[in-house]
Amino acid sequence: MKGRGLTKRFGSVTALNGTDFDLYPGEVLAVIGDNGAGKSSLIKCFAGAHPPDDGQMWVAGEEVSFKSTQDAREHGVETVFQTLAVSPALDIATNLFLGREVRKKGFMGTFFRQLDKKGMRRMAEQYLEDLGISTLQDITQAVETLSGGQRQAVAVARAAAFGSKVIILDEPTAALGVRESGKVLDLVKDLKNRGLSVVLISHNMPQVYEVADRIHVQRLGVRAAVVTPDTASMNDSVGIMTGAITVPQEEQQLSAS
Amino acid sequence: MSSSNEAVGGDFDSEMTVARRIQLTLHRFPWLSSLAVLLAVVIGFSIVNERFLLPSTVSLMVQQTVIVGTLALAQALIILTAGIDLSIGSLMIFGQMLMANLAVSAMASNVLPIAGQNPYLAIFLGILAATAFGALNGFLIVRFGLPPFIVTLGTWSVFMGLTLILFKARTIQGKEMPETMLVLGEGISIGPFFLTFGLLLMFSLYAIVAWALRNTAWGKHVYAVGDDPVAAKLTGINTNGVLFSVYLVAGLIMGIAAFVTIGRVGSASPNVDPMLNLQTITAVVIGGVSLFGGRGAVVGALLGATIVVAVEMGLSLAGVDQAYRTAAIGVLVIIAVGIDQWIGKVKI
Repeated sequence: MKGRGLTKRFGSVTALNGTDFDLYPGEVLAVIGDNGAGKSSLIKCFAGAHPPDDGQMWVAGEEVSFKSTQDAREHGVETVFQTLAVSPALDIATNLFLGREVRKKGFMGTFFRQLDKKGMRRMAEQYLEDLGISTLQDITQAVETLSGGQRQAVAVARAAAFGSKVIILDEPTAALGVRESGKVLDLVKDLKNRGLSVVLISHNMPQVYEVADRIHVQRLGVRAAVVTPDTASMNDSVGIMTGAITVPQEEQQLSAS
Repeated sequence: MSSSNEAVGGDFDSEMTVARRIQLTLHRFPWLSSLAVLLAVVIGFSIVNERFLLPSTVSLMVQQTVIVGTLALAQALIILTAGIDLSIGSLMIFGQMLMANLAVSAMASNVLPIAGQNPYLAIFLGILAATAFGALNGFLIVRFGLPPFIVTLGTWSVFMGLTLILFKARTIQGKEMPETMLVLGEGISIGPFFLTFGLLLMFSLYAIVAWALRNTAWGKHVYAVGDDPVAAKLTGINTNGVLFSVYLVAGLIMGIAAFVTIGRVGSASPNVDPMLNLQTITAVVIGGVSLFGGRGAVVGALLGATIVVAVEMGLSLAGVDQAYRTAAIGVLVIIAVGIDQWIGKVKI
């Protein structure tokens, strides 16, 4: 996944000022940056949540312009938004398949557009089992009756189950406790082992250093540097975030590690 | 119900009180409380007055729900999306006046050039006009992002004004219309009970809409949009399309309700009841559909409409004055909203 010269403005505020972005197959790329550096704006372009005002994007070598999250999904890019984007009153299975429901085969499905609810529930259980998510037992339970961690699990499971190329996670552990955060990080490693690329936005440096292959540091709407956990310490990364340190082009990790 | 409760409660089962179990069950099936209220109302009034359960009384009550009941289906769909339709009564009245004026002879019509049409064409055009007006509400809400409350408050006046401008204020009597126009007021007798075709049509509409909400992607999206529109959009749902379709379908239902109303009332009058919009909201709220959207089942609206009629009838049989009856319905609405809030507070 690649972006060049991405620009996004909200009124007079420039969130992205011609930033570049590179994600290679099978890697975990962390995106860090101070508040307002444009982390969320950047990944929202790739998630299809809002199109950039300027710049180009490629997924798997093909130039794309995502007008909706549906477009991004069709290219195998799934996102777990910071707000989770789940419907509280609907049950877990319905939420997993929201926007990509499976219809029944035959006349009832094609003519009356009847959904295959049993089939979707069965698949939902299978997905959760495959992903090793054991906190969700009754998939007919309404999402609003779940704890914060369980809701997070629903959102992550949805992305992981359907993402074929890239999973974007925006602050997936912000609302979670230590144990639940650990589970999300395990899931990130698991996704990587399956050959998927993961983009992880986080404020939590120890977590970033635990799972990331490369670290994209966003500052003032542009990519300040790309480092790896081996070449730059946590303090270095924070220094780059705040502008105290600049990294020469040749020392950066712009290609896959 | 206890098994589903345990599933919801998870580890916390042992700590669940009776009130909490009730709260959780109602959270899953909000229309259950309406059903309980309806049963309580029926049992209560039949003890007070034995005439309450006479077949003739029951038949009358059921027939009286048909207008508000059919319109409440449209209102319930819209309220599920966290919207509201205040234009519902005047939109329906426009539809029925158009139908009636098209169908009658030139002498009876208020609009000479269009009079004397085939009644089937008249009914079709009336329903089509109502659908178009419903779509207009939807268009204004979706395209300009205006709040449904304001849009439909405006169109309520516009549709009523148009009705008076185009069709004057004159009622078209049943005997002036071709018989086809009144067919929904006819029906079949099942034992001592009389079931009108209008009622059968209303039940069919409820069955179709309830089925579609439960079994199609569109239905799930209606709930998702009402529940959290931002989340719905991020999951790839065309939220504007869903909203527009709901107002369009609601318009269609109101058009059918116009035909039902002509059959029930036996004439087409611009003065049917200007407060029909509020009555439908009452029915929907008493039926356990949340005004905040995304929660409830349309069958609740039918229960709600029936409760209103049953309470009115029961109090009237008990000799209670009209003014007190009106007040009683108001109390019912406030209690219903209170229950809605309480159910909404469910947390684990």
